Amino acid sequence: MTAAMPNFLPVAPEIFVFSMACVILLVDLFLSDARRGVTYLLTQLTLIGAAVLTVKGMSAAAVMTFNGMFVGDALANVLKLAIYGVTFFGFAYSRDYLRERGMYRGEYFVLGLFGVVGMMVMASASHFLTLYLGLELLSLCVYAMVALQRDSGQSTEAAMKYFVLGAMASGLLLYGMSMLYGMTGSLEISAVRKAIEGLSADNVILVFGLVFVVVGIAFKLGAVPFHMWVPDVYHGAPTAVTVYLGTAPKLAAFALVMRLLVGGLEGLAVSWQSMLIILAILSMAAGNVIAIAQDNIKRMLAYSSISHMGFFLLGIVSVSQNGYSSALFYVVVYAVMSLGAFGMVILLSRAGFEAERLDDFKGLNQRSPWHAFLMLLVMISMAGVPPTFGFYAKLLVIQSVINAGMIWLAIVAVLLAVIGAFYYLRVIKLMYFDDADDKAPLGGPADVRVLMGINALALVLLIPWVGVLMEVCRAAIRALAVA
Amino acid sequence: MDFKQLAFYFFAAVLVFAASMVITVRNPVRAALFLVLAFFSAAAVWMQLHAEFLSITLVLVYVGAVMVLFLFVVMMLDINLVRLREGFGEYLPIGGLVAVLLVLEMAIVLGSGPFGIEQMPEPAPLPADYSNTRALGRVLYTQYLYPFEIAALILLVAIVAAIALTMRRRKDSKYQNPGKQIQVQRGDRVRLVKMRAEKKS
Repeated sequence: MTAAMPNFLPVAPEIFVFSMACVILLVDLFLSDARRGVTYLLTQLTLIGAAVLTVKGMSAAAVMTFNGMFVGDALANVLKLAIYGVTFFGFAYSRDYLRERGMYRGEYFVLGLFGVVGMMVMASASHFLTLYLGLELLSLCVYAMVALQRDSGQSTEAAMKYFVLGAMASGLLLYGMSMLYGMTGSLEISAVRKAIEGLSADNVILVFGLVFVVVGIAFKLGAVPFHMWVPDVYHGAPTAVTVYLGTAPKLAAFALVMRLLVGGLEGLAVSWQSMLIILAILSMAAGNVIAIAQDNIKRMLAYSSISHMGFFLLGIVSVSQNGYSSALFYVVVYAVMSLGAFGMVILLSRAGFEAERLDDFKGLNQRSPWHAFLMLLVMISMAGVPPTFGFYAKLLVIQSVINAGMIWLAIVAVLLAVIGAFYYLRVIKLMYFDDADDKAPLGGPADVRVLMGINALALVLLIPWVGVLMEVCRAAIRALAVA
Repeated sequence: MDFKQLAFYFFAAVLVFAASMVITVRNPVRAALFLVLAFFSAAAVWMQLHAEFLSITLVLVYVGAVMVLFLFVVMMLDINLVRLREGFGEYLPIGGLVAVLLVLEMAIVLGSGPFGIEQMPEPAPLPADYSNTRALGRVLYTQYLYPFEIAALILLVAIVAAIALTMRRRKDSKYQNPGKQIQVQRGDRVRLVKMRAEKKS
């Protein structure tokens, strides 16, 4: 029996990142602590190289390879580019934080890169098996990264909780997939889609499998009532890891939702629509209300991420091309905002001091007006105040919900977003109207300050090009529908 | 009921019994041993499904390697059994109720219709020289190459993570430097001290 050689070209970015991660793993072995910067530079170069490869490999039509296990379409490319960008910034923010805490070792970057490979695999999965393996690859890296600060009881506890709940979620997801396989006879997403068209939408076993799949996805997204791990993990993990796990994996989770629910199971949309509505409303309500009671900024941002995940699910709920593309836009904007917020938490931390409490943001304006301004931009964008990207993202999602004829849902979403605005504005109040306890001016290396500036200003200055970005998202979603 | 069915029910019953013993038995060593029994019965069930390779691998890898390692760890750790059991009885009624309900619901949904036994005709018997292993190897390195490679990557990550989380270079640990040992001169180790012979008093 002979097998045709698969086309390796579309997988070039994955292969590149993986090989570079192995190279970095070896190079790091021979570096002294003083020259650890080489590891960091190589890591960042890897991400840039992967971006170049992805851009070069882009083609108008979707490319399938490895016997339909891998698909390179516009959605995958957009998500991958966003993942590289977000991770690049995240690594840059983390560098000093890691060095000051004795965690500046190759493992952080290597595990981070392996996690990126996992996310890339998920972004271009066209088979349940690859989707699941990508998810496991990502999760394993993140579990280890959370526990990387070995002597901290808090991190270990967070990693333990994350690991146990994550393993359970994977089990649920797999069980759901096995049910779908039992009914449709295939694991290939396009074949599953075709098989479901031939069955009735209220087939008991299909819905049974779907429930497990949705629960698994909700666990991974951190949507209420499967959100218990989010605040503990965000809080317990070293902030350098929180900035990693609070940003790029959300994009991968979007890929999970799109590939599974929309790509494979759109025939069951009637069933998952109502499930997602419940998840979305609960997430927005619980996330926004509980965030108000937090005095730890990492916990507050964790609850805020729960509410944002609820909001993004609204875009999926509308079951339309417009809805999906607005959800994609929302997730990308959320990743950038979250990056900015956690980046600022890192910037405020120093050796032996974690700027975790909200009080640490008191009087930031007196210490550094520029940074206070950047944080202001991030916060109003998260709250959804015009003229920021956060506002447009929320607007587009709400629009798609209204177009789908669910006006009540749009009203609920807006009301809950208004409640959420309270705690974002509280941060602004603390920064501008309260006196600083600690008047030391803000430090931080020059490149991080520049990147931080780009990160936050992008939320406002890129507004004239919002149409272009929307069009990119639309094209990405259209590609999925064609495939 | 022919012999095949009898064997299946026997192994399945042992499997369920062993699995429930794993989580209820008091002693962790016994729990590990029950897990071995569970793996054996599962391997026997797989054997009946004509999956000889997987079944033998299960015994070799899990029973032979993983469980032995596991037993070592369990025996080396000083586990406080009382604390381990804390809260088990407390959550048992509600947890058990939920579990029983879930099993019943799943049985109702899955027990009928498309998963019924009459829907699955017995596959045609395979020739005597049919090699399960060869068939697996063929698809593993052709059709399933991509997932296979990702699985390998996951194992690599597991190694990296395990080492990153457990390896510590202790400052006070003593180790030898062979280069220095070879280059050592007599003068480094022995110091000749001239002393005047002591007088007898």
